[in-house]
Amino acid sequence: MRYLPLTSSDRAEMLSVIGAGSVDDLFVDVPESARLSGPIEGLPNHASELAVERHMTALARKNTVAGDVPFFLGCGAYRHHVPASVDHLIQRGEFLTAYTPYQPEIAQGTLQMLFEFQTQVARLLGTDVANASMYDGSTACWEAIGMARRITKKSKAILSSGLHPHYVSVAKTMAKYTGDTLETGTPVLTADTDIDQMIAAIDGDTSCVVVQYPDILGRIADLTPLAEACHAKKALLIAVVTEPVALGAIRSPGEMDADIVVGEGQSLGVGLQFGGPYVGLMGCKDKYIRQMPGRFCGETVDADGKRGFVLTLSTREQHIRREKATSNICTNSGLCALAFSIHMTLLGEAGLRRMAGINHANACRAADRLAKVPGVKLVNDVFFNEFTLDLGREARPIVRTLAERGVLAGVSLGRLYPGEDALANGLVVAVTETVTAEDIETLAQALEEVLA
Amino acid sequence: MTINQSGWKPTSPEAKDGEAQATFTGNRALMLEEKLIFEIGDAETTGVDFAEGDVAGSRLGDLSRKAPIGLPGLSEPETVRHYTRLSRQNYAIDLGLFPLGSCTMKHNPRLNEKMARLPGFSDVHPLQPVDTVQGALEVIHQLAHWLVTLTGMTSVAMSPKAGAHGELCGILAIKAALEKRGEGHRKVILVPESAHGTNPATAAFAGFSVEDIPATADGRVDTDALKARLGPDVAGVMITNPNTCGLFERDLKDISDAVHAAGGYVYCDGANFNAIVGRVRPGDLGVDAMHINLHKTFSTPHGGGGPGSGPVVFSEALTPFAPLPFVEKTAEGFRLVEEENAEDHHAHSFGRMVAFHGQMGMFTRALTYILSHGADGLRQVAEDAVLNANYVLRSLESTLDAPFAKSGPCMHEAIFSDEGLAEGFSTIDVAKALIDEGFHPMTMYFPLVVHGAMLVEPTETESKAALDQFIGALASVAERAKAGDQSLKTAPHFAPRARLDETLAARKPVLVWKDKAA
Repeated sequence: MRYLPLTSSDRAEMLSVIGAGSVDDLFVDVPESARLSGPIEGLPNHASELAVERHMTALARKNTVAGDVPFFLGCGAYRHHVPASVDHLIQRGEFLTAYTPYQPEIAQGTLQMLFEFQTQVARLLGTDVANASMYDGSTACWEAIGMARRITKKSKAILSSGLHPHYVSVAKTMAKYTGDTLETGTPVLTADTDIDQMIAAIDGDTSCVVVQYPDILGRIADLTPLAEACHAKKALLIAVVTEPVALGAIRSPGEMDADIVVGEGQSLGVGLQFGGPYVGLMGCKDKYIRQMPGRFCGETVDADGKRGFVLTLSTREQHIRREKATSNICTNSGLCALAFSIHMTLLGEAGLRRMAGINHANACRAADRLAKVPGVKLVNDVFFNEFTLDLGREARPIVRTLAERGVLAGVSLGRLYPGEDALANGLVVAVTETVTAEDIETLAQALEEVLA
Repeated sequence: MTINQSGWKPTSPEAKDGEAQATFTGNRALMLEEKLIFEIGDAETTGVDFAEGDVAGSRLGDLSRKAPIGLPGLSEPETVRHYTRLSRQNYAIDLGLFPLGSCTMKHNPRLNEKMARLPGFSDVHPLQPVDTVQGALEVIHQLAHWLVTLTGMTSVAMSPKAGAHGELCGILAIKAALEKRGEGHRKVILVPESAHGTNPATAAFAGFSVEDIPATADGRVDTDALKARLGPDVAGVMITNPNTCGLFERDLKDISDAVHAAGGYVYCDGANFNAIVGRVRPGDLGVDAMHINLHKTFSTPHGGGGPGSGPVVFSEALTPFAPLPFVEKTAEGFRLVEEENAEDHHAHSFGRMVAFHGQMGMFTRALTYILSHGADGLRQVAEDAVLNANYVLRSLESTLDAPFAKSGPCMHEAIFSDEGLAEGFSTIDVAKALIDEGFHPMTMYFPLVVHGAMLVEPTETESKAALDQFIGALASVAERAKAGDQSLKTAPHFAPRARLDETLAARKPVLVWKDKAA
């Protein structure tokens, strides 16, 4: 019990100060019937650091590590190289073991970082402002739909068929309870996005249109006409970015007049981590900030006139507004936001653009090579670092077979859309700067053999 | 004083009355000022080297980015220095006692960090074929087993991303269960006054109306008032135990029985589970759903605001309604249940709450901590947390007003009020003076039921020596506040910043940096 500093003589001395005969006396308010007399049965007792390390290491070894194999998975989580200094800096105890900066005089490190993060995110998304992060992209997406309902006082949201199906599931779960109506469909294995259909679907009851950019199949399209159509009907355009590195190469949704832009920041600094913790990005136009959920850090001055930062606009939040709050969220992804921000600082404008360029070039090479595999068709010819292949037969078992051969080939649409036969042949392939020419060749040859 | 207001202009430092001369840089020896990355970086600089070679090839349609993003870059040494300097402006549990009540800031063992960074956990994609992630699924399964066993419940949903997200999860399960029973008309959630602010926000967010239940004079739920309000329109109650006054809700089993008899469900805010872990199982008290903040009870670091992780344990009654996905153990290995109706006991799941499987990195840390403590150690955790809190309460009750000192032992946290401070002095003055003493202040003005509340939670990882120093400091500050020491009004004096103008920040929000020169 190496984490417990009290000695038995400390405990005895403290009990005498308290005036209690034993520690059991301190639990006197627990009803007798619910009091446990000893350690809970069926669970092991404490273990040494060495023993715990062995146990956890053995569990870790049972997983296939992405970095050990040719790796092409994306669909909302991307493998990028994270510079060593990112993880080093977030492990500094003053960042790692700090709490929410409620005492700004001794939390300027976290607060300044959040202010820098908000500015970086707003610039990347092309929005006026950004908040100090959300749980992840999927919950940020739902929160944006709620925000649109509050702003427009309308409750019909149109979700693109190209929106990540898990994001759609989260929105559907929440809509069941908040009374929002959601219109959505499943994607079609074609090069065309559904922007025209969405424009046609917007009517006077529409609160917002939610479009992913690039979408779940990796397709990209100009959002400007969609924004115009939304605004003509007093609806908001919400753009969802699951791969922020893309914005180093393509126009930002804000530039195309999206009202709210949300995203998943995992790509920068955070790592795959089997799905979490990740970091939700959220930016919007200035005029909507008071309807935005989550935390904001704002600039101010101290009593000596020095610049400083504080958490602000908290009158929207649950600890003040209780049941009238804009959201029940009472935390953010501070440490992941820090990792994101450090990685962005290391990259800078030049680095992010270079990184995005390499991602795109590698993806183009992979698409060209894989399209040559007999029976394989490239579905979308316009993409950033992720594209969809039509394998001509069910992709899910092929992905499993390739995994047995040591290649993690991509995400089958059958996994994401179980029961949708029309999508079963689809394989979404993500190619980042971590993929080598050799990896691409290995995948292509393995695919040739398995499909033969 | 003009230093560091708008960049670092070479102004001449002036000495203030009775103070040392200000410095040209704004630095004070080891206490270093740091400009924003936007003031020191530029568009050309980068701290990352990429592979050489051309990046030609464009399949971007007509969407190629033309406008600059406006991201400043720093070289690697500048980056390391920037963030290291910023880190030194932060208080943290690694520096000293962090006695935030209801927030539970305890020691974060570095073994947890080391284990979470094993590539087998950190470099694994959530959509990899399940055969390639058996170890990750086993971590989730093992942690789930501990959580269910320690709470005496039936099942656990691992995916909620934070405590408040867990509350939402529990409330949605209650709603789904009511709808299945054809009782969707039950629209009222009862919330005691002393509940966390997230509780009413959560219930409202899920479409319920919220009604407050008063507290008794001794700081507990008014059981009679609660029972009197039960009826066919009540969906359930949200109750915090131990509660935010630091007390154990003695009547919880009685309350649960009454709520169940009236057709409702009991949600327990488990934020304070660290005070009873290993000594009481909430399942034995009739709880139907409870979230567990992993950072509070199981020491995952909070990182300046997050990430959190809020698994929710469920009773048998609510288990069929819990969210997807689930990890199941089968004869062939671990599998991931991601689809509704996949198994009978998930048939009524209310759906999915997040994109993937929850905060895996937090699960690894929590499991590491749990295995380190074991069943015997976790019991000791609760005992020491409660012992430390009572030691603080009894050591200070003669100096500071302690409104519930006569209500019996406190649990994990001790509560004081501003009663007895000199005219014009309040909790904030005590808190800011504690900063000068080298401590993070306690939670201020919460819970709302206590005037000028000061909520102190020492946790189990503090030594007696650390507690004695804190008790001495708080007593000293309290005596000064009672005596009307005016210097408290301008505290802190030795922090990186003096009191910050929060009103200005809210009135004229500046949320992003803009180049004032432009």
